[in-house]
Amino acid sequence: MMNLESIPIQAFLIVSSALFCIGIWGLLNSRNAVRVLMSIELMLNAVNINLMAFSSYVDNNLIQGQVFTIFVITVAAAEAAVGLAILLSLYRNRVTVDMESFNLLKW
Amino acid sequence: MSIAITTQIICFTILSLVILIGALGVVLLESIVYSAFLLGGVFMSVAGLYLLLNASFVAAAQVLVYVGAVNVLIIFAIMLVNKKEDLKPINDIKSRRIISTTICLTLLSLLIRVDLTNVWSLSSPLNSIGEDSTIRIGEHLFSDYLLPFEVASVLLLMAMIGAIVLARRDVMSKDISTGLPVDQELIEKSSEPLLTNKK
Repeated sequence: MMNLESIPIQAFLIVSSALFCIGIWGLLNSRNAVRVLMSIELMLNAVNINLMAFSSYVDNNLIQGQVFTIFVITVAAAEAAVGLAILLSLYRNRVTVDMESFNLLKW
Repeated sequence: MSIAITTQIICFTILSLVILIGALGVVLLESIVYSAFLLGGVFMSVAGLYLLLNASFVAAAQVLVYVGAVNVLIIFAIMLVNKKEDLKPINDIKSRRIISTTICLTLLSLLIRVDLTNVWSLSSPLNSIGEDSTIRIGEHLFSDYLLPFEVASVLLLMAMIGAIVLARRDVMSKDISTGLPVDQELIEKSSEPLLTNKK
């Protein structure tokens, strides 16, 4: 048994890296547009875990990382609202949520 | 944090396992509804990690905003667009899967290598703010982060108006071109899709 005073910062960083990569995989491989939005939320959460870990271990007196996390949460809420509104109007015009069929901007 | 280290490690292990397995479930499960509820579980566990990091205010904000707002919004979106449709098969799906998985695994190994090999300049836990982080966040928001704080309110207003403009239907009693009464349901079911591929 190791003699630790607290959880090492690397543990938090590894969890957040793994969560970020799962988010990217979901973003690249999902065909449902709602699942793509969920993957983006997963990636934003990974970034938040990273910021919080650094704020707690590296900058534990000024905790500027926590302020950044608050701002990221704000932007994520705005992003989810606008993203789902775009999704709804897209669904109204094309009657599908399949990502493969959204190719109007394809060259 | 006044919890014993063994308890902290047990809590951290359980929370990280819930986060990672839940995230895998979000991207891999067939049913989008299960994914949405698993996403709520992931958000709650992330809030638990924040509590382990002495950040009670951010944990509360995470639960309020993510579980209370974003997740409910996603479930509403699923309810509005949930139509059983048979997706067209893609020809090169296998090579796409292989390429994207390789990219993700490479990125993951790079990130983990950076995490483990870099020497982080940790500050001593003695001058930690500890449980008073909420007070410090308030001081930050009203002194050196005042401008971003105000800009965030403008951003939220813009997002609100943008979402309303994008998602609303023009509700008129008569169709302008034909003069027939307009179907007032939330989602039209039988109307012609406007932007289908004309091939």
